[in-house]
Amino acid sequence: MSKIQQINRRDFVKFFGLASTGIILGCNVSSNKKEFLPQVDGMFTPNLFVQIQRDGNITLIASRSEMGQGIKTSLASAIADELEADWQYITVKQATGNAKYGNQNTDGSRSVRTILEPMRKMGAASKMMLITAAAKKWNVAESVCKAENHYIINSNSGDKIFFGDLVDEAAEVAIPADENIKLKKVEDFKYIGKDLKSVDLKDFTDGTATYGIDFRIPNLKFAAIARCPVTYGTVKSFDSTDAEKVAGVEKVIKLNKMDPPIGQFFGALGGVAVIANNTWSAFQGKLELDIEWNYGENHSFNSDEYKKRLTQRVHQKAKLVPGKKGDVFTAFEEADKIVEATYHVPFLTHAPMEVPNATAWFQENKIEVWAPLQDPQTARAELAHFFEISLENITINVTMLGGGFGRKSKSDFVVEAVALSKEMGTPVQVVWTREDDIKHGFYHSTSAQYLKGSLDKNGNVSGWLQRLAMPSIASIFKPLSDYATGSELNQGFTNNPYNLTNFRLENAKAEAHVRIGWMRSVINIHSGFGNNSFVDELANAANVDPVQFHLGLIGKDRVIQGKSEHPYNSKRMKDVLIKTSQMANWGRTLPENHGLGVAIQYSFYSYVATIVEVAVIDDKVKVKNTWTTIDCGLVLNKDNVKNQLEGSVFFGMSLAMYGKISTTEGAVEQNNFFDYQMTRMKDAPNIHIHIMDKMNEKPTGVGEAGVPVIAPAICNAIFNATGKRVRSLPLVDAGMV
Amino acid sequence: MTKLSINNKFYEIDVQDDMPLLWAIRDIVGLTGTKFGCGVAQCGACSILIDGRLTKSCSMPVAYGVGKEILTIEGTTQNLEYLREAWFDGNVPQCGYCQSGQLIAATSLLDKIENPTDKDIDDAMSSNICRCGTYSRIRKAIHKAVALKNQN
Repeated sequence: MSKIQQINRRDFVKFFGLASTGIILGCNVSSNKKEFLPQVDGMFTPNLFVQIQRDGNITLIASRSEMGQGIKTSLASAIADELEADWQYITVKQATGNAKYGNQNTDGSRSVRTILEPMRKMGAASKMMLITAAAKKWNVAESVCKAENHYIINSNSGDKIFFGDLVDEAAEVAIPADENIKLKKVEDFKYIGKDLKSVDLKDFTDGTATYGIDFRIPNLKFAAIARCPVTYGTVKSFDSTDAEKVAGVEKVIKLNKMDPPIGQFFGALGGVAVIANNTWSAFQGKLELDIEWNYGENHSFNSDEYKKRLTQRVHQKAKLVPGKKGDVFTAFEEADKIVEATYHVPFLTHAPMEVPNATAWFQENKIEVWAPLQDPQTARAELAHFFEISLENITINVTMLGGGFGRKSKSDFVVEAVALSKEMGTPVQVVWTREDDIKHGFYHSTSAQYLKGSLDKNGNVSGWLQRLAMPSIASIFKPLSDYATGSELNQGFTNNPYNLTNFRLENAKAEAHVRIGWMRSVINIHSGFGNNSFVDELANAANVDPVQFHLGLIGKDRVIQGKSEHPYNSKRMKDVLIKTSQMANWGRTLPENHGLGVAIQYSFYSYVATIVEVAVIDDKVKVKNTWTTIDCGLVLNKDNVKNQLEGSVFFGMSLAMYGKISTTEGAVEQNNFFDYQMTRMKDAPNIHIHIMDKMNEKPTGVGEAGVPVIAPAICNAIFNATGKRVRSLPLVDAGMV
Repeated sequence: MTKLSINNKFYEIDVQDDMPLLWAIRDIVGLTGTKFGCGVAQCGACSILIDGRLTKSCSMPVAYGVGKEILTIEGTTQNLEYLREAWFDGNVPQCGYCQSGQLIAATSLLDKIENPTDKDIDDAMSSNICRCGTYSRIRKAIHKAVALKNQN
C-alpha cells in the first residue's frame, strides 16, 4: 500500500471528472502481483479515494464491482467509522474500469482483505485534518477537540462545527504522516463489525436499481447471437431469410470467432447475430435462423464417457505433485485397515439471475461499454487488443451486477457487443438468453478423485493418497493445459487442513473440451467434497465419531506460515468445528430417518465448519437444518457476512442436489432452469450461522468460504441417516431428490 | 396501437400482439424493474400482477394485458409497501436482481392470505428463484410484513 496522499485538485478534476472541493485523499493499493499499476506521468493516481465536500457529503469510489456481496456498504462503513461520519452523508460511486484504480478484479473473496486498512487510514487521516483545522479556528489544543457524528466538538466549551464547514481549512492542513495515523480500537467501532443495511436497499425494492440489462441509450439496438452448440465450432453457412421476416429485426450479421492470444483474455465464440429494435424480436429472429456448423474437434465430446475416462486415470498412477510427506506405500503395507473411494463432481455453471449482457457503442476511434462486469480492466485491455483502439479511448462503465459468481469476470459478451456495434454504427446491447447462458458457459470443472487411506491399529490415519483428474481453468488461456495447475491444487488439495504424516497427491491428465472457468469457491468445491467425504468414510471405518475424528486429524495446535500473510492456524480450524458441533447439539438422539453430517474447509484464508441435518424418507432427502461457523477474522458488516453464509448454503445445496452440466456430441444437454435446477423456497432449511469474534485478526474471505462444505456435509448426513454413501454428485442422479 | 394501464398510468405502444408483456414493459414502455431471468416461466423474475393475479410476464402476450390493470415493482399497493418496509428491516437482498419478482409474488400472497404459514410461503414463493440464496430472509420478511400490517 502506498502512503495516503492529498490529491492535487486539478488532477482530480481531470482524472475523476468530479468537482474538486474539500478534502480529497487517496492511496494506491496493490492486492496481487498481477496488478495493473497506475501509470500517469507525474500525477499521483490513487485507486481508492475519499472526498469530503463543503456540504458535508462524503464520496468514495468503490473500485470493486457490486454483485450482491455487499462491498459498497462494507467499504463505506470502514471510512465512516474512522472518520466519525454520519452514515447519511456517504455516497459510494462505482468506479469505471480503468487501471487508475489498480486491480479491480472482483473475485477470490479478496476485496475486504486487501483494502480495509487503507480505507480505515483514509478515514482516520481525514478526521485528524478536520481536528487540526478546528483547533486552529478555536485556538485550542488539538487534544481538546474530538470528532463525533459529522461534527468536531470542543470538549471544553461544548462548541461544535459541522465537517462541511471545516473542509476548506482542513484541506490546507498537511496530511499526517503514515506512522502518525491512529486507528480506532476494536471496542470503539461504531459501524465496523456491526449489522449494517445495504446502501442499495431502496433501489433494490422499487425497481430503480440499474443492472447491465437495464441500461438504455438513444438509438440502442438489441442483439441475440446463435452460437455453435459445440464449443469452438464455427459457422459453415446460414440462411437468414426467415429471421429477417420477424417484425423488429433489422439486420443479421455473421460474427467471426475471436481467438484470444495465448495466455490472456477470453475472446468470443462467434456465431450469427440478429439485431433488432427490441430484445424479443432479436430472440425470435435467432430462433428462425437456419445455420450449418463446422462442429470442430469437440464434436465427439460426451461427458459420460469422459467421466469414465477420468475415473480410469485416477485408478492408475499419475504425476506426483510436489509436497509429498513420508511414504504412503509403507504406511499402506503396515496398515490395520485400508479405505478406498472414488468421488465425482460434474460440470457446473454459474447461472447468475441476470444473464450475460453488455451494451457497447463503437464510434470511430473510441469505445464505450456499459456492462455488469467483475473484471472491467481485463475487458478494457481485451477490447484494445481486438479492436486496435488505445486504452485511453475505451471507457468501461460497470453497472450493478445481477449476480456474478465468476461468470462476469469473463468478458466474451462485451467483445460480442463491441463487434456488433462496430458493424451497426449504433449502440448495441447483446443479451444472452438463459439457454445461451446454460449452453455456452465457462463451466466449473468436472472432477474424478480417487482416495486411498490407511488406519493404524489405534484408528489414526497413517497414510493418505489422493489422485485428481480435472480439466484446468488454464486450458482457456493456453492449449494443452491438461493438468490441474499448482494454484488450483492449492485450493484444498496441497493445503488440506489435516496433520498427515504420510501424504501423496497425484495429478492425472484431463483434456478440456468445453470452456472451463472459475465459479464461486472454485477448486475448493472438489477438494471440499473429496476430503470431507473421505474423512467421514475413514471415521466410519475407524468406528470413531466423525467430529472427534476430524479434530484428531486436524491435530495438534500449529501455525503454518507459508508465503501468505494469513498463516494457517489449526486451532482456529478446530475451534469453528467445536463451536458448530455445540450449536448442532452433535451427538444427540435424532428423530427417525434423520442424520447429521459434518464438513470443514479452510479456504480464502477463512475457517469454516458446517453440520447438516437431513431427513431421508422413501430415499428422498430433505435438508432440515444447517449450522455453520466461520472464523474470517475482523468482520466489517456482520449482517452481510451472515447473509453471504446463508446464500452459501443455498449455492452449495443447488450444486449438491441438482447441479450438472452434461454433453452429448459436444453439445450441452441442459437448457434452462427446468433442467438446470436451483434450490427454491420449498427446499430451504433452517439456517444457523455463527461468526467467531476475531476482531483483532486480519479480515479473510467471506463470499466463497461457506460453499464447499455444504455438499459433503449433506452426503455425510445421508450416510448417517441411511448408511448409503453418495460419492457422485448431484443427488438427483442418485434418485434422492 | 396497444393500450396498457401500468401502475395506474396509461401507455400507448406500437408492438406486435405476440410480444410477451415482459418485453413490452421493459423495452417499449421502458419500465426496467421487471426482470428477464429465463423466458419460460421458471424463475419468477418477471412477475407482475394483472388485475391482481400473479403473472409471469415473460410468458403472456401483450394482448393479454389490454384492458386490465397491471402492477409492476415500480408501482405501489398497501401490501407491497409493508413488504418493502420488511425487506428493509431484514436487509433481504444480495444482488437484488430477483427481488422485484420476489416482492410482487409476496404481494400476491398477502393479497390472498392475510397471515400465511411457512407452508403457504413455500407454496407461493417456490416459483421464484434467488441464485444468491436469500430465501430465509424472504420468509422472515413476509412474516414481518404481516406483523407491520397488524400494528397499523
